[in-house]
Amino acid sequence: MIETADMLRVFAQYRGNSIVIPGRGGRHWVPLSDQPSRDLPLRDPAMGGHASFAFGMALALPQEKVVLFDSEGDIIMNMGALTTIAEKAPENFYHFLLDNECYATTGGQAIPNATKTAYDVIAKGAGYRAAYAYDDLEELSNDMERILSEPGPVLVAMKVYPEIESLPINARPAWVTRTRDKIIADVQQSVGVATR
Amino acid sequence: MVNQPGKLTPQAVLGEMLKNEVTHVVCLPDSETNWLYMLMEKEPSLDLVRVAREGQAISTASGISVGGKKPVVLIQNTGLMESGDSIRGWGMGLNRPLVLIVGYRGWTRKGVTPDTAAVYTERFLNAFNIDYYLVESDDDVSRISLAFDEAKKKNQPVAVLIGVEYES
Repeated sequence: MIETADMLRVFAQYRGNSIVIPGRGGRHWVPLSDQPSRDLPLRDPAMGGHASFAFGMALALPQEKVVLFDSEGDIIMNMGALTTIAEKAPENFYHFLLDNECYATTGGQAIPNATKTAYDVIAKGAGYRAAYAYDDLEELSNDMERILSEPGPVLVAMKVYPEIESLPINARPAWVTRTRDKIIADVQQSVGVATR
Repeated sequence: MVNQPGKLTPQAVLGEMLKNEVTHVVCLPDSETNWLYMLMEKEPSLDLVRVAREGQAISTASGISVGGKKPVVLIQNTGLMESGDSIRGWGMGLNRPLVLIVGYRGWTRKGVTPDTAAVYTERFLNAFNIDYYLVESDDDVSRISLAFDEAKKKNQPVAVLIGVEYES
């Protein structure tokens, strides 16, 4: 098992100039990031959609590397998205999957078939160019730079410790400091597209 | 490209997409849109993105839009209803000016429709406060441009309901 925050610290060393959609890793990524204007910490606009959203950005911005930290709960809500991503095969798309085997934000209830589902195999079967699975940070750390220099689409499934939240949603600490409009405008300005 | 009054041709709808400088069509094909689909596949300026479920179309289009390109979503009304949470979060929540071209399955001006897909379509759009335009022939296709203008002005999704099957 991997600590999400530790994994993100490793990723930060190799992030380069990529656009990062931190997804479920957002609260750890926001204080770590050295380029917030190229981050999209959107929290959770609607569960199950992060992969498609990030893929859409990768399609629109082929000159930019787009990195997503998705979750297994999200991906099983919209598994068909993997086939769309594989068909269009954006070489600039890096799909990291935080697999904590539960719905951590709702109290830690089990994900269907949590311990037996192999998301790397599913992604490979859907047609991703490459897919990997890690449950050890040292191994992932050794491979991170190479993975991020490969052409995408790549899926990296990672077994991470669950960080279960039990507080009511409105009582949870806020870790996003900008509005969604501001976050989007900052990224659009950073990549040089018309704001909107 | 000459519009044909009284009929809805896929050429006229495609013409509106090109006029509005659409870059990506995020779509899930249905029987009503097959003629349009065949035309779009031959249009080099359009990138067709085939999705497996309609909610996926909304989040994909939202990402394309944030990336500075101009997508249109092409789905059926059945899938529109499936997309509710995605429209709420990825479309409306991120203030995306998305145009949704929706096949209005079951729509009729004569008698009562037995198709619940049609019965609930406008109720669904009204519940989400999404403005919409009805297109039933080439005479109406300029409404697609109105939808693009309105989406841009409001930074919100706007729907175009295609009320008839295309004639080739």
